[in-house]
Amino acid sequence: MKERGMSLIVKRITKITVSLIFLFGVYILLHGHLTPGGGFAGGVIIALSFIHLVLAFGKESALRRLSEAAVSVIESCGGLMFWGIALLGFMGGYFFLNVLPKGRPFDLFSSGIIMLCNIAIFLKVGAGLFSIFIALAIFRMPSEDKREND
Amino acid sequence: MIELHVILILMIIVAVMAIEIEDLLSSIIALGAVGMGLSLQFLLLKAPDLAITQLVVEILSLIILIKATVGTGIPIKKEKMSLAYLCFGVLFIAIFLGLGLKAVKELPAFGYPLMKMGSQYIAEAVKRTGATNIVAAIILDFRGYDTLGEATILFTSVIGVLAVLRKTGKIK
Repeated sequence: MKERGMSLIVKRITKITVSLIFLFGVYILLHGHLTPGGGFAGGVIIALSFIHLVLAFGKESALRRLSEAAVSVIESCGGLMFWGIALLGFMGGYFFLNVLPKGRPFDLFSSGIIMLCNIAIFLKVGAGLFSIFIALAIFRMPSEDKREND
Repeated sequence: MIELHVILILMIIVAVMAIEIEDLLSSIIALGAVGMGLSLQFLLLKAPDLAITQLVVEILSLIILIKATVGTGIPIKKEKMSLAYLCFGVLFIAIFLGLGLKAVKELPAFGYPLMKMGSQYIAEAVKRTGATNIVAAIILDFRGYDTLGEATILFTSVIGVLAVLRKTGKIK
């Protein structure tokens, strides 16, 4: 069986850069309520870091770290978490009420439900977009299968 | 303001190129250039949230488009447009632009804050939500419903893609 993925140079550089991209995504995500960014952008960046792995090392080695089933569970968890946060508002009155303590502005743990919402959206967007990419990577056209069998 | 117009004109040129180029990969890269131009536009209009999101989504969609089209052997068919279609298209665009111009004249001046709701948000966002990024305060607190709808749309689209591309449970 031939070696999967791209050349040695790409693999070495990917090993260095992928963790930096991941960290940058986490930063964008956690500071979503303080600086530009937020759950959507952070989710896409973290999904891109996994896509980076898939492109460099081939789909098998990346899927060992994060399997398809895990991705779909994570995405559903994100959706449920968002609904849960929205329903939490009924504790104080109405849907989507910011019931948690606000904290001081410019603190990392401030602004009540907004940070939790960001995390929920991150789970949803990151896992959703990564699963689309995984589906495309696994999917093969019927013509391709025929070419390999010949 | 001049740089906005320059980028806009470049974006239009590249978008036309993306349609006209025969090669599929070049066409996709031209499409990516349009997205990058849009990201720069957002940055110049002082909307960094949108600029970041546009940039990363553009990269992701570029990768997905390349993965979905290049090397899969999907044939491209180019048909020559007939004269009647061309005339109809030009007429439609002329009518649309004329009406659009009429509508744009009614709008307030560019960048002039007039909205009652918007000024309320700007005045009270930090005090009422504690979030210093006002965009996050609006999309996740004041307008949480909209974000919920957006999340639902994303969920539905992911389900749609996975249902089309899945391998198991398909009837041969």
